[in-house]
Amino acid sequence: MPTHRATTTRSRPTEPAHRADVRRRSFLGLLVAAPVLVTAAEIGRQTIFDSVPDASAVALPSAPQPAEVYDLLDVIRDSARPTANLITVKVNKDGTVSFALPRSDNGQGIITSTQMIIAEEMNLDPDQVVVTLADARPELVFNQLTGGSSTTFSTYTPIRVAAALAQGRLLGAAANELDQDISVLTSRQGLITGPNGKSLPFGELTAKAAAPITEAANVVLKDREKFTVIGKNRTKSDALAMVTGKKKFTTDLKIPDALPTVICRAPDLNGFPRSVGNLGAIRAMPGVTDVVKVGNGVAVRAKTYGQCIDAVNAVEATWAAGTVSGEDDESVLRKLRRGELPLAVPKGVGKTLESDTVFYFRSNSSLETNCAIADVRANSATIWGPAKSPIAAQNEIAKKLGIPQNAVTFHVMEGGGSFGRKLFFDAALEAAEVSKAMGKPVKLMWTRSDDSRQGRVHPMATTRIRANVAGDAVASFEIRHTSVATETNPGLSEAITATAQKAPGGNLTVSESIWETTQVTPYNFGVSTRFLSEVDMRFNTSSMRNIYSPDVATARELMVDRIAAQMGKDPYEFRSEFTKLERWKKVVDRAAQEGDWGKSMADGTAQGIGMHVEYKGVACAVVELDCRPETVNREIRQARTGPRVTKVTYVVDVGLVINPRGVRAQMMGGINDALAMTLTSSLHLTDGHFVEASWDNYFYTRQWNTPPEMNIIVVDDSDAPEPGGVGEFGVAATCGAIACAYVRATGKTPTYFPLDHKDPLPFTPYPTSPPVPPSPVNGLETTF
Amino acid sequence: MPNHSFKLNGETVDVEVEDDVRLLWVIRDLLGVTGPKYGCGINVCKACTSHINGKAFNPCSVPVGAIKPTDEVTTIEGLADTAPGGDLHPMQQAWIDNDVAQCGYCQPGQIMAAVAKVRQCQAEGREVDDAAIEELRNICRCGTYNRIREAIKAGAEKM
Repeated sequence: MPTHRATTTRSRPTEPAHRADVRRRSFLGLLVAAPVLVTAAEIGRQTIFDSVPDASAVALPSAPQPAEVYDLLDVIRDSARPTANLITVKVNKDGTVSFALPRSDNGQGIITSTQMIIAEEMNLDPDQVVVTLADARPELVFNQLTGGSSTTFSTYTPIRVAAALAQGRLLGAAANELDQDISVLTSRQGLITGPNGKSLPFGELTAKAAAPITEAANVVLKDREKFTVIGKNRTKSDALAMVTGKKKFTTDLKIPDALPTVICRAPDLNGFPRSVGNLGAIRAMPGVTDVVKVGNGVAVRAKTYGQCIDAVNAVEATWAAGTVSGEDDESVLRKLRRGELPLAVPKGVGKTLESDTVFYFRSNSSLETNCAIADVRANSATIWGPAKSPIAAQNEIAKKLGIPQNAVTFHVMEGGGSFGRKLFFDAALEAAEVSKAMGKPVKLMWTRSDDSRQGRVHPMATTRIRANVAGDAVASFEIRHTSVATETNPGLSEAITATAQKAPGGNLTVSESIWETTQVTPYNFGVSTRFLSEVDMRFNTSSMRNIYSPDVATARELMVDRIAAQMGKDPYEFRSEFTKLERWKKVVDRAAQEGDWGKSMADGTAQGIGMHVEYKGVACAVVELDCRPETVNREIRQARTGPRVTKVTYVVDVGLVINPRGVRAQMMGGINDALAMTLTSSLHLTDGHFVEASWDNYFYTRQWNTPPEMNIIVVDDSDAPEPGGVGEFGVAATCGAIACAYVRATGKTPTYFPLDHKDPLPFTPYPTSPPVPPSPVNGLETTF
Repeated sequence: MPNHSFKLNGETVDVEVEDDVRLLWVIRDLLGVTGPKYGCGINVCKACTSHINGKAFNPCSVPVGAIKPTDEVTTIEGLADTAPGGDLHPMQQAWIDNDVAQCGYCQPGQIMAAVAKVRQCQAEGREVDDAAIEELRNICRCGTYNRIREAIKAGAEKM
C-alpha cells in the first residue's frame, strides 16, 4: 500500500482541548519568606508544561518527526523546570514590582515582554515593573541560558505563576486591612480599592502580604480572554535611553581603573604568540600602561583604545600556525565531502530528483564587538559583559583563574546584538586572564577585524537532498546535511545533555540533539529522513540566528519547487496541498493571499515562496526578487548590490503573542539576515585565515539592499496555547523564498550560497599583519 | 602633551592628549561621552556618526589635532539641545514613535546621520525619499532598516 500519497492536510485533534486545559488549570506557586512579598513558581513538582502532545495514532503520510513532538524549546524549558522556583517576583515598598530576569537581552526585547507578562497578571502598567538582568546564579543550573529562541516559551508560565501569587497575596492583605471580602476588591495600577472607595497601594501592603515562612500555595492564572496587556503593541522600555545615548553597553561603563585593553592577535585563525621581540618598546608608547603576552596574543592596556590599537599594530611577535593553516574554502569543502552520509532510498522509485548545495562560512559578528570588563583580585573576580550563558562563563573563568566559582561575580550586561555570538564568552575569559596577568582591571574589547577574522562563524556546510516522485505523490524525501562542527557552548550543551537524552530518540550527541529537535520537513513526503554529520572541529563556530535551519530550508524549498514543477503544480498550491497540518496550511494560504501570489511580474523578476516550521510555530514568506541587469549591476561604492529583494510578505504564527510589535521587529531582523545569507554575505577562507576584516568586506544587508516593501503579519488568533519562539524565526522561510525566486527569475539553480560567494572580491583585503586596519585621518573630508 | 580645546555638546572642553589620537577615543575614553559607538574604527560602519558644526562626520577618522577651538562637536547626547523647545529632537521622537531601535548600539549614529541627511536634502531642495535614505551607509546588524526608513520620513516632516 502506498504510504506516500499526499492526503488531505489534517489538524492535530488535541490542539483546542489542549489550549482550554492550560487555561483552567491551577498552578503551584511558592511564597518565599522575606520582609516584603516575594513569590516564585513551584514548577519542579508538577507537570504544568504538557506541550508534548500524544503522538498521533493516525497514520500520517509522513510520520511525525521528533521535532514535531519534542523540540529544542521543550529541551531547554524542561532543563530549566527544576529551578523555576528560584526566580522570584518581589513587591517593593515603593510600590514597584521587581524581577531579575535570568536571561540575556541583546535587543530582542525580552525585558519589555517580561514587564508585560508580570503587569498582566498583577494588573499593573508595564512601566511599574522593573526588570533587570540577573547576575550569574549557578544555583539556577540550566535556567540562565538564552538561546534557540526559547526565552519566552521557558519563562512565560513560571513568571505568571509568581506574579499571580503575588497579586493574590496583596489582595488578601488588602481585604484584611480594608475589612472587605476579597471578591469585591479591584486591583489597578498598583492600587487595591474596595467598594467603599478606600484604597491601598502595593507598597503599603507588601510587608503585610509577606510570608513569614516559605510555603507552597495554589494559584489560578488570569484567563487569556481577560488579557489587556499581553497581545497589545508595546514600545521597548529602553526606547528613550537608546535614542538619547543613555543606554549603557559594556564598554560605556565607567569602572574605576578599568582602562581600554586590546589583544594583538595572530595572522592565522587561532594562531598564538611564541615570543614577542619588543615588549619594552610597546610599553613606552604613548598612553600605554601595560603589555603582557597571554594565550591568544599580546594584550595592551592604554588610556584610550586608539593608543591600544597603535601599540597592537607595533607588536613584533613570532606566531604559531593556526588551526587551519594553509587551508581555504575548497580544502575545507573536500573534507566536508568525505564526511557526507549516503542517501538511503535507491534511485528509480518514480522520478528521482537530487540536489547538492554548498553554504559557505558566514560571520555572526554583532555591531558591538566581543567585550568584557574584568577586575581580578587575589581571591575573587568581578566581570561585566553581555553573556547568554553566564553560569558557564563564571565556571570557566573560575577554572582559568584557579578560584572557586562563587568567588566570581558575573554582571550580565545588555548586549549590542548577539545572533548566537554571545552564547560564548570569549572576551570575558580573555579579560579575566589579562586582568590577572596585569594585576589591574581591564576593559577588553575586540577590534572589528578581530571580531570578523577570529570571531565565531556560522559553519560551512553542504545539504544534499534526494526526492523520489511517483505521479502526483512524493515517495521519499531525504536530507543529508554535512557541516563543519558547531561548537556547543558548555552551558547549552550541559542543558541539552541533561534533558534531550531523556527525550524520544535519546542518547545523542549535543549537535545531533539540536539537529533532531529543530529540523522538521513540513510536508507529506512519504519516507522523510534528515541526517546530520559534522566533520571538522578546527573552527570557532556557533549558531547565527539558528544553526542548521536557514541552510536546510534554502535547499529544501528549492527542491520543493522542483518537485512541484515535476508534477506541473504551482509552487504555492503545491505547498498548500502537501503541508502536513491545518495550522501550517493556513499560514501558507494567508501568505499567498497577502503577498498577491501569482501576480504578473516583469521579465527578470519573480516571486518566490518558502515555508518553515520550528519554535512551536510556522512561517511562510512570499518575496519578489529583481534580477534584471540594471538592478544587479547598479554600482554603489564599496558595496555589494546584485539581485534585489523588492518586497517581502511574511506571515508567522508564533502561538500566543506577547508583544506583536516586538515579534514583528524580530521578523524584520530575520528577513534582513536572510537577504544577507542568500545573496551577499560570506567569509572567504584563504591561506588559513578569513579575508574579511570589516563591514566594507563583509556585506551584511544595508539600506540599499533592504526590501522597499515589507509586510509582516503576525497571526493573532493562533490555536497554540503558549508563546513559541521568535528571535530566529524570520530567517529560514525567507531564505527559501529568495532562493526559489532567484530560480524563477533567472532559470538558474544555484549550487552554492550566498550567490555572490565566488564573484571577484570588490575590495582589496586588509593585511593580516599588522592585525588592525589603521584609522583614517581624513574624516573631515567626508562630512555631509 | 598637547592641550586640545573645542566645544562638545555646547560646552567648552579641554583635554590633554597626543594630536594623532582619533576624536572618537577622546570623546569616549577621556571625556566619558559614550553615545558615539565603536563599530569599525575606519569610517565604514558609521556607528560613531556625530556632527561637527552641524554636519555629519565620523570621529573615528579625525585626529583630535585637526579639531579647532571654535569647532562645535555634537553627539547624540547633545542633539536634543539643537532643536527648538526643551524636548527631544523630532528625529529622536520619530525613532521612539516607530520603535526603531532593537539593541540600540548603532542607533545614535543612525539618528545623527538621518538628521544630517534630511538637512542636506532640504538645503538641496531634494525629497527625503528611499533614494536619499539609501545614501546612508550606517550598518544595523539587527536589521531595523525598514523602521529606520519610516522614522526618517516621519522625522523629516517635523524638521
